[in-house]
Amino acid sequence: MLEVRNLSIAFKTSAGLKPAVRGIDFTINPGEILGLVGESGSGKTITSLGVMGLLPPNAVVTAGEVLVDGVDMLKLSPAELRKLRGRHVAMIFQDPMASLDPIFTCGDQIVEAILLHENISKTQARRKALELLEKVHIPDPARTMRSYPHELSGGQCQRVMIAMAVSCKPRIIIADEPTTALDVTVQKQVLDLLRGLNQEVGAAILLITHDLGVIYEVADRVVVMYAGEKMEEATTQDLFTNPKSDYAKALIDSMPALGSKHGRLPVIERDDAGNVRSVRPEPRIRPAQAGPVPDSAGRVPLLELRELCKSYWVKPSPLSTPVEMRAVDKVSFAIAPRTTLGLVGESGCGKTTLSRAVIRLSNPDSGQILFKGKDIAKLSESEMLPFRREIAMVFQNPYGSLNPRQTVSDLVAAPMIIVGEGDSGERGRRVAHLLDAVGLPRSAASKYPHEFSGGQRQRIAVARALALKPSLVICDEAVSALDVSVQAQVLNLLKDLQVEFDLTYLFISHDLSVVEHVSDTVAVMQKGRIVEYGPADGIFAAPKDPYTRMLLDAVPTIGVERAERGAL
Amino acid sequence: MTARVLRIARSQPAFMVSLTVLAAVIFMAIFGAWLAPQDPFAINPSAVNQGSSAQHWLGTDEFGRDLLSRLLIGIQPTMLVAIGATAIAGVFGSLLGIAGAYGRPWLSFLIMRSVDIMLSFPPILLALLAVGFWESGVLSLAVVIGVLYIPHFARVAHSATLQVTRQEFMEAERAMGASVRRVVFTAILPNILSPLVVQATLTVAAAILLESGLSFLGLGIVPPEPSWGQMIGTARGYLAQNPMYVIWPSLLLALTVLAINVVGDRLRDILDPRLREE
Repeated sequence: MLEVRNLSIAFKTSAGLKPAVRGIDFTINPGEILGLVGESGSGKTITSLGVMGLLPPNAVVTAGEVLVDGVDMLKLSPAELRKLRGRHVAMIFQDPMASLDPIFTCGDQIVEAILLHENISKTQARRKALELLEKVHIPDPARTMRSYPHELSGGQCQRVMIAMAVSCKPRIIIADEPTTALDVTVQKQVLDLLRGLNQEVGAAILLITHDLGVIYEVADRVVVMYAGEKMEEATTQDLFTNPKSDYAKALIDSMPALGSKHGRLPVIERDDAGNVRSVRPEPRIRPAQAGPVPDSAGRVPLLELRELCKSYWVKPSPLSTPVEMRAVDKVSFAIAPRTTLGLVGESGCGKTTLSRAVIRLSNPDSGQILFKGKDIAKLSESEMLPFRREIAMVFQNPYGSLNPRQTVSDLVAAPMIIVGEGDSGERGRRVAHLLDAVGLPRSAASKYPHEFSGGQRQRIAVARALALKPSLVICDEAVSALDVSVQAQVLNLLKDLQVEFDLTYLFISHDLSVVEHVSDTVAVMQKGRIVEYGPADGIFAAPKDPYTRMLLDAVPTIGVERAERGAL
Repeated sequence: MTARVLRIARSQPAFMVSLTVLAAVIFMAIFGAWLAPQDPFAINPSAVNQGSSAQHWLGTDEFGRDLLSRLLIGIQPTMLVAIGATAIAGVFGSLLGIAGAYGRPWLSFLIMRSVDIMLSFPPILLALLAVGFWESGVLSLAVVIGVLYIPHFARVAHSATLQVTRQEFMEAERAMGASVRRVVFTAILPNILSPLVVQATLTVAAAILLESGLSFLGLGIVPPEPSWGQMIGTARGYLAQNPMYVIWPSLLLALTVLAINVVGDRLRDILDPRLREE
């Protein structure tokens, strides 16, 4: 039905054409879900835009053809193309909040999509829109019709997007990372919905994602892309049991899968000949000058929270009295020195509020934060200063957490400059040492953040966090914005540094498989409360709380381990 | 950045022309006194209000002084006032704007509401009032006009700072225990510089117009020291005798302000990464 033949796309740059996609071939048959998987920058999104004829102005198709029912999309005029879109090919985008128009109600937007391609009256279109919303299982479709996008959650917005996409019964739906911005439980619902619609409407789906778990759950066949080239095409079953290309093998290996805990995650390496392979790096050995491992048995926990509360006062409507919203509700846990506590929960559960309260970027309402036995919950900003040396933070977004106008050496040296430690020569030596420790070349020191990739930037952020040799590092979704293989590298790095610098981590994430991989103890958070707390092995082997079980079930896992778990 | 500006200038004639005009005006402001072919203050009662001639290329004024020479030196006080005023407005306005966005709520309320009040008066009105109390001169004009443009800078700095403070690296700075001074000068200021640079160019143009307006009304640069605005004001009385007398300074003034505005406008496009074409 959709056939892409030898498609090549290049970007126009001042230095000439830079190829982004090279000779991609694939076909989608009716009723099939084809997964297109690859890391960021592998050319998967540009391929899908090329298929839709929506390439940005600086990109050109250099070769190949895109056949929809035998018609070459690339040779059509804009008017013909527009007719084809929506009626034959529809698209679902990554960020549902951003791809809906904020100033129209969802109902109006669906009606408009219907009226564009169907010649029916407005009331008929409204009725049809309502039916569609029922079909995508939105609770209370009538209210959703009247709602503006910001009044809905991310999952609901994505359902509205899907309703719009299927409104004209397209033959092909292109879904570009449709669940990346959503929580695991919502992701599962949306994937189930896509699967169901696929069977019901009979549309073929091109599912683009970086998440192999998602592919495993829904796709029939998979195309693996790397650096603009197709590495492998196979049925999902074949790919996961018997990957042929080295890259696909490496990619599958580097996923931290639930229930398969290893000390190290394999990373993808590219040797000089350009071959890709998966390597499981050896852990770094603790350097001799770091001294003997401090004996931590029987000592007080490094960080202990007791009944910590933090509320926001929100007004449900402009005239009503404010209502208390407990973002953090009587949270208690303890982290022993040199261990990692994984804090898991879905978005909006209060885990970020908790992290900001612990590092005292906000003031907790009640409860205690004991750091090395001393309560820091009520300290003033100046009393807090000595503790700021001991507690460091790595933020979620490596693009936002580094000041774009500072060089890497200024960024990494910033904590030292702030507390006035060392002269410039000593700071320079420390920066060089830290860059070595996080695996960045020393030449990086004089560059600016925008010259680095996401993973490298997160390394810079880690180096900055370690500048004052802190004892506690809070990682707030520190690897969520990274690709699987880069994520594996950063996770390995964090583990190495924990041994080397005697670090204690409070590791906050929504990703259960990552948390299982790094944590010694785990706390599961729901609506501001800790619902389950205990050693990681215990919780992942035998979750007691229903919410934990639901989270675990929602994670798309790759078959084998999941089957084993069921057998246990 | 200089290389980028030059590259863009080559592809855009209007920007190129404006840059050239601006360079010429600045050259005049610095070297006008040397360039003047005759003494701009030499009175010649026998050659009053003449048109162009071989001796006086652009003619003479009501006292028979050489117009070309007076035009050449007339830009200097205007430029000094405009640049001085912009410097004053830029420094204090930016700091107030940052304080208004980053400071405590009561401080920010105080600053931003005062800014709103000041912005609700036309600047020429306040300038007239202030100049009425003070002795006229380059320095006092620069101070008065500078203070008048503080609210404009404060507004721009305020909104830019609000955007920057929402970014994660501001939280990172606070988590490291950075002092307010460090946050303002290393985190905020470098990141809001581009809108401020654009505002500065536009303020120079506005200050030139305001100074010319005051001089036109006789409240600015004091004769016999010339300034373009003041010359236009004087020439108004001799429209019938020597129409070119009013046209030359008006033309130069309009060209200068137009050039600065075009440059400022393009500078915004160049500095704003969202509008940057690769």
